[in-house]
Amino acid sequence: MKMPVFDFRLSAFGKAEEPGGRGQPTIGIEEANGPGVLPNVDSRKPNAGSSRRDILKVLAGGTGLLVWRVDAPAQAADPRAAPDYDWEKHWWAYAVDTNKCIGCTACMRACRTENDVPEGVVRTWVERYRIKSDGDVVVDATANEPDYVFKDDGVQAERSFFVPKLCNHCEKSVCNQVCPVGAAYQTKDGVVLVDRKHCVGCGYCVQACPYGSRFISPKLHVADKCTFCYHRLAKGMAPACVQACPTGARLFGDLKDPHSTLSELLRQKRYRVLKPEMGTHPKCYYLGLDREVV
Amino acid sequence: MESTANFVFPNELNVTWSVMIVLYPYITGLVAGAFIVSSLYHVFGRGELKPVARFSLASAFMFLCFATVPLLVHLGHPERAFNIMVTPNFTSAMAGFGYIYSAYLILVALEIWFVMRADFIRRAQGTGMPALLAKAILLFDLRETPETRAADHRIATFLAGLGIPLACLLHGYVGFLFGSLKANPWWSTPLMFVIFIFSAIVSGISVLIFHYFNVCRMNGWRVDQACVRSMGRYLWGFMIIAVALELMELLSIAYKQTEEWDVLAKLIDQRLFVPYVVLQFLVFSLVPFFMLGVNALTRRSDRVSNRLTWIAATMLLVQVLLMRWNVVIGGQLLSKSLRGFTSYFPGIFEKEGVLTAGIIFTLPFGLLYLFHRFVPLFPESAMERARTEG
Repeated sequence: MKMPVFDFRLSAFGKAEEPGGRGQPTIGIEEANGPGVLPNVDSRKPNAGSSRRDILKVLAGGTGLLVWRVDAPAQAADPRAAPDYDWEKHWWAYAVDTNKCIGCTACMRACRTENDVPEGVVRTWVERYRIKSDGDVVVDATANEPDYVFKDDGVQAERSFFVPKLCNHCEKSVCNQVCPVGAAYQTKDGVVLVDRKHCVGCGYCVQACPYGSRFISPKLHVADKCTFCYHRLAKGMAPACVQACPTGARLFGDLKDPHSTLSELLRQKRYRVLKPEMGTHPKCYYLGLDREVV
Repeated sequence: MESTANFVFPNELNVTWSVMIVLYPYITGLVAGAFIVSSLYHVFGRGELKPVARFSLASAFMFLCFATVPLLVHLGHPERAFNIMVTPNFTSAMAGFGYIYSAYLILVALEIWFVMRADFIRRAQGTGMPALLAKAILLFDLRETPETRAADHRIATFLAGLGIPLACLLHGYVGFLFGSLKANPWWSTPLMFVIFIFSAIVSGISVLIFHYFNVCRMNGWRVDQACVRSMGRYLWGFMIIAVALELMELLSIAYKQTEEWDVLAKLIDQRLFVPYVVLQFLVFSLVPFFMLGVNALTRRSDRVSNRLTWIAATMLLVQVLLMRWNVVIGGQLLSKSLRGFTSYFPGIFEKEGVLTAGIIFTLPFGLLYLFHRFVPLFPESAMERARTEG
């Protein structure tokens, strides 16, 4: 079982060193069976039933993450940071188990902290669906609330659930297709990224994304979106949102590894993707997705 | 299930494309009609349009010069604008813009050069900076013989003919930018590029009529009746096609009653009822349609006819602007969650606000005036001071 072990060396204000000795601060998942080897990042086994200790570890990791980010800027995707990483050996994908999401939005806070996401825009968000007894559906999100906390607005729901959303890193992504200058691209390991130094900020990709995942950064004036925390992947770490999720609702893994948790999960479970009719082949798979979710 | 709550994806609360992206297809569209009028004279031999042939060509050029300005104002990094030509991504509908636009600009510039070469020569024979500028434009070759005039005419006619498919490509392409985005049900229709071609022609002919009447009135020139009546008839024909296409698009979506229609019907009813239904169709399409129809089918005095044509052209200029607004802004009001709408009201003094848009829109007219001072755009006979009619 590839259970992540959190590296608590980071808690001393991010001065820990990576195995490669590059002196960069890390928040790490080390593979229990292979120090020094870039691990196959895999969030955690689904349905394994996280123990209280696991949850505490995750929460502690998240706290450490927040401490670390106080004065350390997010690392840009830089292959030189992980010279042994072979991107042709991976095909990263994401899964969301909507049955497990409790709407705590720890993922959103972790993302904001990790990636320095400006106010007013989000790389990931959580939607709250409340279905009333008369069939009326009330949906909201917390992107503009302080600390992303859901308000109790008195809606009497017959049934309710949360759905985390993020960039679907589509295999046939429309954003890549429409970018006029080639600033949007897909890496060989399946992650859709934006070249910030090349993007002209026209916003065409923002319009083309069927999922509302992209935005023009108010700070940098270029297209921005979830990167699966690519700067962490190359170092063998899971995306910040996955690491921060206390219930295991967010899962991440390598589809090129048939034994990865995610590969096994997708073989065993029923799942859906968002807006399949768009033909974008999203790589974010949803378990237990309600028909109300678009 | 029915949803009463308004839910918009968090990143869609603010519209990404605002006034500048409304203005960009609008100014680009003004080029089309101006070029079409010029081609009707130069290629199709519609002699009655001669009084505005040169004016329309120059108008097309001036609007073309400023067509990219709104885009540059909009871009997050305008200093990287040339990336679109240096590193084009050919799967992008937008990537071709730099090439198509540049080709069209060069073509119109060349056509002006050949059509007005004799005028540049006359200007070059004077003194001072304007003469020097004219010489530079002529590449310091001031020869003029019957042979050179014939050659200029042949080349200008060829360029005008070549310009027609290129104009369709440019304006169709602008429509395709929107129509090809499958994520947005308000934009995603194959009719979009055809609609953009025809609405561009409508706005272009309208701006010519509007401007021609204004110029004549301000200078006390006689309006060429045959010319404006002909332009009025063309405008009527093209506006019928444009509005019919717009209505057919709406009708086909509404009739199919797909899942998307539920939310599009709400968009029209709750957010676009006034700008789309009332203003774009009921006021600024129907009224000009009747005015131009009356003008084309019944015999009216020149004075009444001119008034009707001018008012209709002015209203159609607004109609096309409304159409651009309803497409660009309307499409973004609708959330891709298909559960709600955001709202947008343009600021006046912000970077992409109304004031900036007004300045950009005025600049081509100013440049056109300077061009006219440099090389007269109207035939000598038209410029004779006479009683203004209409």
